[in-house]
Amino acid sequence: MTITAEKPTTAATGRPPARRRRRSPVTWVRGGGLGALLFLVPMLLVFTAFSWLPIGESVVMSFQQTNLVTAPVFVGLDNFRTVLTDPLLWTAVRNTLWFALLALLLGYPVPLVAAVLMSEVRRFRGLYSALAYLPVVIPPVVAVLLWKFFYDAGPAGVFNTVLRVVGLGPLPWLQDSSTAMVSLVVEATWAAAGGTIIIYLAALTSVSPDLYEAAEIDGASVWRKIWHVTLPQLRGVLLITFILQIIGTAQVFLEPFLFTSGGPAHATTTILLLIYDYAFAGTLGGDYGSATALSVLLALVLAVFSAVYFRLTRSWGTS
Amino acid sequence: MSWKLVTTGAALAVAATALAGCAGGDTSANGHTALTVSIDPGLDKGAVAAFTTRVKQFEAANPGIDVRTQEFKWDATTFIAKLAGGTLPDVFTMPFTDGRGLIQRRQIADISGLVKALPYFDTFSPQIAKAGEAEDGGMWAVPISAYGQALHYNRTLFTQAGLNPDDPPTTWDQVRADARQIAQRTGQAGYAQMTTDNTGGWILTTLDYAFGGRTEQLGGDHAKSTLDTTEMTAALQELHAMRWDDNSMGSNFLYDWNGINQDFAAGRIGMYVSGGANYGSLKAQNAIKPADYGVTALPLTGKDAGVLGGGTLAAVSATASDSVKTAAVKWIDFYYMQKQTNQDAAVADAKTTADSGEVVGAPELPVFDKAQYDQRMKWVAQYVNVPVKQMAPYTDKMFDQPLVPEPTKSTQQVYALLDPVVQKVLTDRNASIPALLADAQLQAQALLDKS
Repeated sequence: MTITAEKPTTAATGRPPARRRRRSPVTWVRGGGLGALLFLVPMLLVFTAFSWLPIGESVVMSFQQTNLVTAPVFVGLDNFRTVLTDPLLWTAVRNTLWFALLALLLGYPVPLVAAVLMSEVRRFRGLYSALAYLPVVIPPVVAVLLWKFFYDAGPAGVFNTVLRVVGLGPLPWLQDSSTAMVSLVVEATWAAAGGTIIIYLAALTSVSPDLYEAAEIDGASVWRKIWHVTLPQLRGVLLITFILQIIGTAQVFLEPFLFTSGGPAHATTTILLLIYDYAFAGTLGGDYGSATALSVLLALVLAVFSAVYFRLTRSWGTS
Repeated sequence: MSWKLVTTGAALAVAATALAGCAGGDTSANGHTALTVSIDPGLDKGAVAAFTTRVKQFEAANPGIDVRTQEFKWDATTFIAKLAGGTLPDVFTMPFTDGRGLIQRRQIADISGLVKALPYFDTFSPQIAKAGEAEDGGMWAVPISAYGQALHYNRTLFTQAGLNPDDPPTTWDQVRADARQIAQRTGQAGYAQMTTDNTGGWILTTLDYAFGGRTEQLGGDHAKSTLDTTEMTAALQELHAMRWDDNSMGSNFLYDWNGINQDFAAGRIGMYVSGGANYGSLKAQNAIKPADYGVTALPLTGKDAGVLGGGTLAAVSATASDSVKTAAVKWIDFYYMQKQTNQDAAVADAKTTADSGEVVGAPELPVFDKAQYDQRMKWVAQYVNVPVKQMAPYTDKMFDQPLVPEPTKSTQQVYALLDPVVQKVLTDRNASIPALLADAQLQAQALLDKS
């Protein structure tokens, strides 16, 4: 379907649109402009103080050597050189990509499948939605502490006790380089899936029932209805959640910070955790220059990735 | 009045409210000097009550000063940000390792003139005083306590494992054997070790010292990293053997200071290394059962073996005004020092602390000398409420063990890079200790060259 925007009112009068009269400051004030501006002031101040200024300061700081107490010194591209030659950077990039891949494999389809299943049920849909959303309302730190308890690597740990019932384990969970990242992704998926499920459920309600009826008349199975009706109809939302997921996983911090502090032996050190470590791991002169340089690099990479992604998928998102 | 006028007025009020704040300063509304002091976070009710009582006593003795409290405990990962952000209390504490650097960079207030006027100024142990002194000898930060590392052990687990809790290990071979026995007979970790937030490096350095090693060699202004040594290798091999050959280190290899204290107090750990005065934290923050607690001297092996020693400095915010500096030094004297130097103050402090159910008499090293320490323990003897006998294996030896200060250059950064070394050894059976140490030494040298 194509929507054509209509030009306002000119067609009715047959006259070219009149040029807008330039408003004087007095008419602007009388028209409520001052009130609107004053209402905006607190928000503008908050945004300036807590978003725009720090972003600008960060970019400047990425070219400086500073400990935030003594006067900063401009060092050109030294910080970027330090970051790019740090062997730990590539470990962090690898770990972040590994987290992103695992999150895509596990975290991307789970909410979709759950939403589709929930949209099919007739009874207790509200209850299922509430249960699915419940993890989102639990404070993240509380959730991590809870899961830390579940992930106890001893034979008496909660998950290991369950595994023992079926003759498996015990698994080391967070205590081993090979299982630590998977454990983080499982918790992250549990914690975030609820929000995405709600988005998918909302999108599913906009799919016309006529399409399903037509598919049923054609003898389509449930699977073919999902593949040929549901997924194409959700394409726009899926593309958005995909890019949000990539950006979110590239900035993963909370789980590795609270669960493992990047360990064991850097197995869960992600890019954001490395940024944090540059700034705060050592006292008496955190390397804020390198921390902001890496932040700027990450922001650039994500911006380029998002631009390319939207360009490539521009045609896919429209039905 | 038009609606527009009302909305404009309301908007102005909102904007004005948003712009308000940031009021405050170093004087209270009544013209008194406002002083913000630090209190440990996570204290139980009794400890908070004891602290509040001390604050009231201080305010009564100093009518011109209003004390405000702020939860603060030094933490490697947040300290510098708080310092830079100006959110530290006026009086705060920090480890010896940070003193020199902060003084050199003038990141704390110069209170040397005020400290010099304190009656006990000349009696500080010279080695301990150095941690808070500037190059000209002025004391910018006051050493309020000192510690030597010790081996803490759970007496109940020792008994359950068939070991004699009155005969704790005195060698690393015995530590290993006892840990194995505890793990086999109780199912709990026989020995555990901190590994995160720089504590991995802290404890590994302690073991290195105990095996006769040192992590840096100072020569004039230059410092040479000495991580890749036979002593450090032996320390890591000991850990590797306990973890992989004996399986006696439990299942958690990502402990920080809080986490290991919590599990030790909960009876999940047989032995671990930490500061000798740790009982106070274990009691106040982790509710350890006194009957479970035991502490002994750290086993030393090798020619130059020593006990890693450190301590705590009290310092004043660099932004403090003169009146706040004066009030701050009065507080440091009142709260941290008088109980060590003045009989009445020592007794009053001990009584208040004991009445609120908190710990009196946990073993710590003196910031002055042994005679003064003994004197103080006599003053407060009737209020001592720690299991003194159970601490005897440590207190009998703590003054005889050679005390070796923590490394002085880039200390926390080197600790941070040692964290993953310990983690690797404890989580990867095939970890190559020589390769890990060679790499760590390269990184540490780069840090030392920069410092």
